[in-house]
Amino acid sequence: MTKKKDAKKIIFQSEKDMPMMPMSLGSMLYNKTGAWRNIRPVVDLENCIQCGICWKFCPDMSIYIENEFPYVDYDFCKGCGICAEECPVKCIAMVEEVK
Amino acid sequence: MKKVIMGNHALSYGAMLARSQVIAAYPITPQTQVVELLSEMCADKTLDARFIKVESEHSAMAACIGASITGARTFTATSSQGLALMHEMLHWASGGRLPVVMGDINRSMGPGWSIWTDQNDSLSQRDTGWMQYYCASNQEVVDTVIQAFKVSEQLAIPGMVVLDAFALSHTYEVVDIPDQAKVDEFLPPFKPQVKLTPDDPHAFGGLTSPEHYFELRYKLQKDMEKAPALIEETGREYEKLFGRYLGLVDDYLCEDAEIILVTSGTPGYTARGAVDDMRKSGIKAGNLRVKVFRPFPFEHIRRIVKNAKKVAVVDRNISYGHHGMFFQEVKSALYGHDNSLPVFGFIAGLGGRDIMPSSFREVVEIALAKDKPEEEIIWIGVKR
Repeated sequence: MTKKKDAKKIIFQSEKDMPMMPMSLGSMLYNKTGAWRNIRPVVDLENCIQCGICWKFCPDMSIYIENEFPYVDYDFCKGCGICAEECPVKCIAMVEEVK
Repeated sequence: MKKVIMGNHALSYGAMLARSQVIAAYPITPQTQVVELLSEMCADKTLDARFIKVESEHSAMAACIGASITGARTFTATSSQGLALMHEMLHWASGGRLPVVMGDINRSMGPGWSIWTDQNDSLSQRDTGWMQYYCASNQEVVDTVIQAFKVSEQLAIPGMVVLDAFALSHTYEVVDIPDQAKVDEFLPPFKPQVKLTPDDPHAFGGLTSPEHYFELRYKLQKDMEKAPALIEETGREYEKLFGRYLGLVDDYLCEDAEIILVTSGTPGYTARGAVDDMRKSGIKAGNLRVKVFRPFPFEHIRRIVKNAKKVAVVDRNISYGHHGMFFQEVKSALYGHDNSLPVFGFIAGLGGRDIMPSSFREVVEIALAKDKPEEEIIWIGVKR
C-alpha cells in the first residue's frame, strides 16, 4: 500500500490512458488537505491517558498511534477540532495557525 | 411462444428475458403495469432479481445507478413527470458510464395535467447522454429491450426504450416472446470492466478536476459515435437467432419516393398505411421512421432522402421557440450535404391528439403545394 508521504498526484497525458469512468485511482492521498486548517490540534502527551478516543473520532484518519500515543498528521488534518472536543482529559488544545 | 400482451408487459418480458438482476421503480400512469408484472415475476421467482421499492423516480434511478456500479444488470421504467424528476440522475448514469436500461412511456408533460402521449418527456432528456430507441410495436419493444442491454453494456452507455402512452403501452398485440435459452446465448451475463468491489476499492463519480473532466466527456462522445454501427451489428446478430431485424431506421417505399415522411413511434406505422393509400392515388410517398434518436442516424437519413424532392418531418413534440425536435435533427443531418432539399416541419398530436392517416395526407398535400416551407412550423389539427 502506498504510504501517505509517497503518494503522488496522477495526471494523465492522454485520454487513451484514462479509465472511461470518473473514479478514484487508488488514492486521495496526494490531495493534501492540511492547508485548509485555521486551528491545529496540539496534543499534550504528558496528560494523555492513551484512550484512543481522538484516533477513533478523527473523521479524516489524521491521527495515528505510535507507541500507544496519538500524533497528528498535519498534511491532512483540517483542524475540525473534534479530537479536542472528545478528549476526556482535555489534553488536546486547538491552537491558531500562524502563517 | 406467441402471446397477446400489452406494450407495458412487452417491456416487462424484455427485462425478464434479459435476466435483469436489480429493478427499482416508482409507479406512474401509464407505466404502472411494467413494474407491476416485474414485481410479480420477482415474487414468484420467475425472475431472480432484487426488486427495490422507492419513494420517487429520482431514488429509483439512484438505486439503479448504485446497483449497476456493482456490476448488476439493472432495469427501471417511468414516464413523463417521473422521467423529469430523474433528470439529475440520468446524467449520473451516463456520466458514470453505467449501462442501465429503462423503459419510458411517452406521456405529455403537465400542466395541463395529461396522461396521453407525446414525446416531450423523453426528448427533454436528449442531451443527458442516454441512447434513445423509439418503438412502434409491442414486438419491437421486447426485441429492443434485449438488444439495448447488449449495446449499452458494450459501450457503457445507458439506454432508454421509448413507447407511446396507450397507443402502445395499453394496446394488446401478438408478440413472439423470444426463447430464454436463445436470449441467454445472445446476451451473456453483464461483466463490467470496472465495478465497485471490496477487492479493488475505488470511489466513483467523485471530484474530477479540469485536468480530466474534458477527456471523460470526449470519451463518452467517442463511444456514442460507435453506437450506430454496433446497434446494426447487434441487430444482425439478433436477426440470425430470432428472424427479426431492428436497425436505426425503418424506411418504407422511400427508394422512388418524391416526398418522404419522417416519423417516429406509432405514428410511423400509421404513416405506412397513409403512404399505401397515397400510392394508390398516384402520389409517390415514402415513410422514414426513425427508430434510434440518440445516437442520431445522420448517414442513414442522408442516404434515404437523397433522391426525394421533398421531406416532411412530423413531430409529436416541440422545442418551444424553435421547432419540432426530429425536424431540427433532420435538417442538421442534411446541412452541408444537401442544402437544396426542402424540408417541411409539421407538429401534430401533442397531448395525445390522434394522428390519423388523414393527418399524413394533409401533411403531404401541404408539402406538395409549396416549393419550400413558408412557415417555421406547420401545425396539423389545431382548432383555429
